[in-house]
Amino acid sequence: MKATNAMQEHPQAVITQEGLAGLIGGLRAEGFRVIGPTLRDEAIVYDDIESLGDLPSGWTDEQDGGHYRVKRRQDAALFGYNVGPHAWKRFLHPPLLRMWRAEKTADGMTVTQTAEPAERYAFLAVRSCELHAIAIQDRVFLQGPYVDPHYQARREGAFIIAVNCGQAGGTCFCTSMNTGPKAAEGYDLALTELIADEHEFLVEVGSERGAALLASVPNRPADLQHSALAANAIARAEGNMGRQMRSDDVRDLLLANLEHPRWDDVAERCLTCGNCTMVCPTCFCTAVEDTNDLSGAAERKRRWDSCFTMDFSYIHGGSVRSSGKSRYRQWMTHKLANWVDQFGTSGCVGCGRCITWCPVGIDITEEVRAIRGEEVSDGRA
Amino acid sequence: MDRLAEIAPVMAPDAMLPRVVRVAKRTRDLPDTWTLELVAADGAPLPRYEPGQFTMLYVFGIGEIPVSISGDAADGSRIVQTIRAVGKVSEAFGRLTVGDTLGLRGPFGTAWPVAEGYEHDVVVVAGGLGLAPLRPALYRLQAERKRFGKLVLLYGTRRPEDILFRRQLANWRKQLDMEIEVTVDHAGHDWRGHVGVVTKLIPRLGVDAANTVALVCGPEVMMRFSASALHDIGMPEDAIHLSLERNMKCAVGLCGHCQFAGSFICKDGAVMRYDTVRRLLALKEI
Amino acid sequence: MEGLERIVAEHRLFEGLGDEFIKLAAGCAKNVRFNADQYLFHAEDPADWIYLVRHGRVALELATPGRGAVQFETLGEGEIAGLTWLLPPYRWGYDARAIELVRAIALDAQCLRDKCEVDHDLGYALLKRFLPVLVQRLQATRLQMLDVYGSPR
Repeated sequence: MKATNAMQEHPQAVITQEGLAGLIGGLRAEGFRVIGPTLRDEAIVYDDIESLGDLPSGWTDEQDGGHYRVKRRQDAALFGYNVGPHAWKRFLHPPLLRMWRAEKTADGMTVTQTAEPAERYAFLAVRSCELHAIAIQDRVFLQGPYVDPHYQARREGAFIIAVNCGQAGGTCFCTSMNTGPKAAEGYDLALTELIADEHEFLVEVGSERGAALLASVPNRPADLQHSALAANAIARAEGNMGRQMRSDDVRDLLLANLEHPRWDDVAERCLTCGNCTMVCPTCFCTAVEDTNDLSGAAERKRRWDSCFTMDFSYIHGGSVRSSGKSRYRQWMTHKLANWVDQFGTSGCVGCGRCITWCPVGIDITEEVRAIRGEEVSDGRA
Repeated sequence: MDRLAEIAPVMAPDAMLPRVVRVAKRTRDLPDTWTLELVAADGAPLPRYEPGQFTMLYVFGIGEIPVSISGDAADGSRIVQTIRAVGKVSEAFGRLTVGDTLGLRGPFGTAWPVAEGYEHDVVVVAGGLGLAPLRPALYRLQAERKRFGKLVLLYGTRRPEDILFRRQLANWRKQLDMEIEVTVDHAGHDWRGHVGVVTKLIPRLGVDAANTVALVCGPEVMMRFSASALHDIGMPEDAIHLSLERNMKCAVGLCGHCQFAGSFICKDGAVMRYDTVRRLLALKEI
Repeated sequence: MEGLERIVAEHRLFEGLGDEFIKLAAGCAKNVRFNADQYLFHAEDPADWIYLVRHGRVALELATPGRGAVQFETLGEGEIAGLTWLLPPYRWGYDARAIELVRAIALDAQCLRDKCEVDHDLGYALLKRFLPVLVQRLQATRLQMLDVYGSPR
């Protein structure tokens, strides 16, 4: 997937909307299930894409702490929004997964694996922050002492078409986390939407199979104008970030302040609803469910879990983290500090979903500022 | 378009899939504590383990929990595990009989660094059920007795009736070149041993503290105070090892439940060095 | 008396106490011995003696109806039975029983209290030695009270 040689060997190209439709069609013809952004229930979510018509043409999103609205754009941009409540982890690391089934036999028990075979996914419109989030989960699931075969099956062979953001969202801070807005690596193809005289897409190649797919649709070399338009779009995004967070010192800052009074302050606001963990593209915690059926068989499933639940840290008749304060602190220090020790990078990619989808608008960038001792606005949602 | 052909992944083994083992022997140690001897039931040899490691044991239709291995690692024919009934799954172990099957995953976790004790004195401090995960270390210490200096076992528990492996401790006291001191929090009139916290036995240790290795296991409060007392008599903090415990679901570092600040107890522990955890142990709700 | 001075000086509690003080303290001391299961003192008795254990073990216990005697502490060589001599109303709060043969130095509590009243330096030196024992026992008792080994249910 990380084939930067391919980027050097294959020059930038331009395709039309028909070309984009051809990319989608080509992937589907090869047996990929194409997933991309689509408008549903007043949000832009990730679901099956069969044709260009499924994309949220002419829509954008308006995001702030505890606030998400879709709005009509003045143009017909297909990718003129940022990220919604879904992350690609819902496909690579399924929310509910069957694992195995146990049955009693005459002299004991048998255990049979029941995991559904992985589908071949093609992800369309993966943002740079999301590429980093996927890379972060790769480290968790593929590079530790134990590999998760379910993630591995879905991840290896997944085709990725990235999209460079032409605008930043109200809660975005990828520039602070060095995760965007320009997609740098980890994709097969990267598109930048160009809306000028024509409505076209600059295409950058990230792998040999990306090059092959591009070659299967009409395309022409990009000229200086196209490159400039694309660069402008990305610069616009870069300059418009809704949030900022100084990130070079966060690990040490948080680990030195585990008893800072700010934790009590945020505890008064946090509902421990766990929304942040559901929408965060890197949160990976799971729990197991053991169920029995009437035939006498027992089944084990794996499902997403959240460190905000009381059960999460339960041992010997009680939870280690029973206060809301300790659970919020666990989430934030894991994400920004402990993750660095565990996996070598921050766990945060600056996508802003946790800020947008928090019912009370808790803003992780503001919490960091407060702990650092800087001025914070009292702008509570 | 040929290049889009799928790359077939070489799938990693599924560490969440249990093997089937059979109960060969079941002993009731205490009213709420059992020791099971497990043998393979699927034709393949049992995995070998290191003292201090644990397995995830699955009771059909009920659930799976981490359980200490309490047997002799030199015996590859069985895995001996000790369980205390504190919940739905652990209680179910008390209803098992010889011949019943269980699911087993593992062994997991870090080991007691017994080899660090070579040419040193070794102090083992156990509290309550903590004697169970320490017993494999004690077996190994005895098996290689000549390589260690003084060996001391300090064991504290609630009452004389709660002493785990009581007969074995009595035999060891008679047979082995190891000092064993047992203390209880309170006792009836007939008890002739020590009464008091296990930390009280530490200042009396006749060991070369600067050259001693300590292995400590028991309730977290007890481990904190014991480690502190050991350090107070001159033991270096990096020579004291504790076995920590947290909620576990996968035991392979992927479910996130066992996190203790930046460590996953299932893979960075359960045995951890005191100097790396001392500050965290003093913080509430970490 | 000289032999007793030496014995007092050798006891862990009096380690490092100057010769003068040892002499003063030894002036209130005598050698005692208890056979197994003999009581050193009973709860509610006047706290007349302090016992510095030289050999053997002593159980501190409280009698409770229906449960018999409950031991909450055992003391051995180098330890002290009876700290309540320091404070009015100078009464023992528990029983002390020899588990096995016990040899001890018994210090006359009243004699020692009188000497401390006259010689405050002696009083301070002794308090400095008894107080840490009291504090350690308090901390240990707290741990015992937490019932850390108890079943969570």
